[in-house]
Amino acid sequence: MFTALLIEQLLNGLQLGVMLFLMAAGLTLIFGVMGLINLAHGSLYMVGAFACATIAAATGSFWLGLVASLAAAAGVGALIEVAVIRRLYDRDHLDQVLATFALILILSEGARWLFGSFPLYLDIPRQLQGAVPLPGGGQYQLYRLAIIAVGFLVAIGLYLLISKTRLGMRIRAGESDREMIAALGVDISTLYTVVFALGAALAGLAGALVGALQSVQVGMGEPVLILAFVVIVIGGIGSIKGALVGAVIVGVVDTMGRFLLPSLLALTMPAAQATTIGAALASMLIYVVMALILAFRPSGLFAAET
Amino acid sequence: MKRILTASLFGLSLATSGLAHAEPVKIGVITTLSGGGAGLGIDMRDAFQLAIKQSGNKDIELVVEDDAQKPELAVQIAEKMIQGDKVDLMTGIIWSNLAMAVVPNAVAQDIIYLSPNAGPSALAGANCNANYFNVAYQNDNFHEAMGEYANKDYKNTFILAPNYPAGKDALTGFKRYYKGTLSGEVYTQVGQTDYAAEIAQIRASGADSVYFFLPGGMGIAFMKQYAQSGVGIPVMGPSFSFDQDVLPAVGDAALGVKNSASWSPDLDNEASKAFVESFKAEYDRLPSIYAAQSWDTANLILSALSKASVKDKDAFRAALKAADFKSVRGDFAFNNNQHPIQNIYVREVVKDGDVLTNKIIATAFEKHKDAYAEQCGL
Repeated sequence: MFTALLIEQLLNGLQLGVMLFLMAAGLTLIFGVMGLINLAHGSLYMVGAFACATIAAATGSFWLGLVASLAAAAGVGALIEVAVIRRLYDRDHLDQVLATFALILILSEGARWLFGSFPLYLDIPRQLQGAVPLPGGGQYQLYRLAIIAVGFLVAIGLYLLISKTRLGMRIRAGESDREMIAALGVDISTLYTVVFALGAALAGLAGALVGALQSVQVGMGEPVLILAFVVIVIGGIGSIKGALVGAVIVGVVDTMGRFLLPSLLALTMPAAQATTIGAALASMLIYVVMALILAFRPSGLFAAET
Repeated sequence: MKRILTASLFGLSLATSGLAHAEPVKIGVITTLSGGGAGLGIDMRDAFQLAIKQSGNKDIELVVEDDAQKPELAVQIAEKMIQGDKVDLMTGIIWSNLAMAVVPNAVAQDIIYLSPNAGPSALAGANCNANYFNVAYQNDNFHEAMGEYANKDYKNTFILAPNYPAGKDALTGFKRYYKGTLSGEVYTQVGQTDYAAEIAQIRASGADSVYFFLPGGMGIAFMKQYAQSGVGIPVMGPSFSFDQDVLPAVGDAALGVKNSASWSPDLDNEASKAFVESFKAEYDRLPSIYAAQSWDTANLILSALSKASVKDKDAFRAALKAADFKSVRGDFAFNNNQHPIQNIYVREVVKDGDVLTNKIIATAFEKHKDAYAEQCGL
């Protein structure tokens, strides 16, 4: 029974990691290419979830909702880039943080104004309902397995996009020397809009996928955003590979900590105390891990050499 | 001359009528209007405003502020209301950790605070205060009721709650009356949205039932994930995870779940029926338990205002303690620690047409008192 539980928890950690990867990939891409700290990334996650919930409720199809979430998040992302973000590339990080924080407030209040404060209903598609048996006698929710699969597909897709295509070449070039590629005649402002919209679409996809598991409500993006920042700091800012590894580390450490720490502590102290202290320690664990990694690799695991 | 006399008489009569009329009353409402817990605070605020509006009392001025479910923000707002706005009364806080941050300090400055929801145990026992009235419940109460009810069907329950004062009160309350064994006891983070790790533990624990207290968005996330996990053992909870604010988002996964509360939209009394009807007419949705408690808080304040001046603290406190108002919960009285003595019901989630709502199926406790009142010196 314990092996089954362990496998299930590992899968849970992996699923959380993959979801964080979808968020962190966009964040790190935008930071790597444009040097921009985008706090509003969590709001794009929320936009994706709301778009999916609205379209799914109107049409009855989760899949149409998923398409809508990609379109809406990419659309809102492109709009924000053209209207606001474009003016921030030459400013320092404090200005960027202030402006994108303002965007969080605007998008949150906008969503509240449009949809109200009560959570929306979004259910898992019928094809992915239920659980599948695991080796060792356990069971695992099919939908979470699907999220893991989607996450790895996106990771492979991003790898191919960045290392094999012309757009990817430009993104890499933009990362290392933006003046030079502008001088070579690449339309840098369109490239930035495309990268920003791509990052936004990934956040929107994460929002829609997770919205079906959790609750679709205003402010759902901010807690995830904090974890996504932890991920890119661990992984090395600007590195997609780092984002994937960092996300899986954070996901697995967080899940395993929540599950194992209280039972480990119970060996040395009364059960009631162990559950409370264990829960408190588990919530700190990923930050402890982050501090340890940064102590040995100050710029993250896979820092881009710049 | 005659004209001057009439004018001055008229003026005098105006002045005296102004005096005879109740003096203005300022009520500070700190509640959660943004973030994941906003649904609860909005129901609280809407019901409070509606009750004041219906009373036609024009002397009451409300100062409403959003605490964003952050204790440090709530403390700042409270200071501003007490020092700047000079409020006479305060109310509105939904979350126990925020109540713990605000209430002890406010009542120490001789502000009367009426709680429409949070009822942390730390304020119900030895640290009770003459200026603190809880119109909702002591936190343990609903959980005690479910613990008692669970004895009927279950022997081995897995319990979980968030790691904050109300979460600890919840599991303490459940355990106080539950006679079976516990196959697991877990505290989760406040605001947590993914419960996969906990659900895996439930599956492995061999429990015959699950009791959880996860208010707001936390409960929605848990129920949706639990329903999909294939664990399949029955769940139960306090009303907070199955109330009108979350049911539409949880969907049919909640059907048939038993939960405990001091009120339900189908409770059979005049005040409750009138409340549900006017709330629906005004806001076009069914009220939640938070709305009901807040409605009672407003009506309690109105009843006390009609008896005593808010400036005469002793008289006003006595008028509040008399609880001479029509509660939507039926019989309502204050215990010595100024927490309610009330019935706690067991409800079941049902579908009324297309709308998910609750229906009372049993009474767990009649005229229930909390366990801390004896330690209170009032």
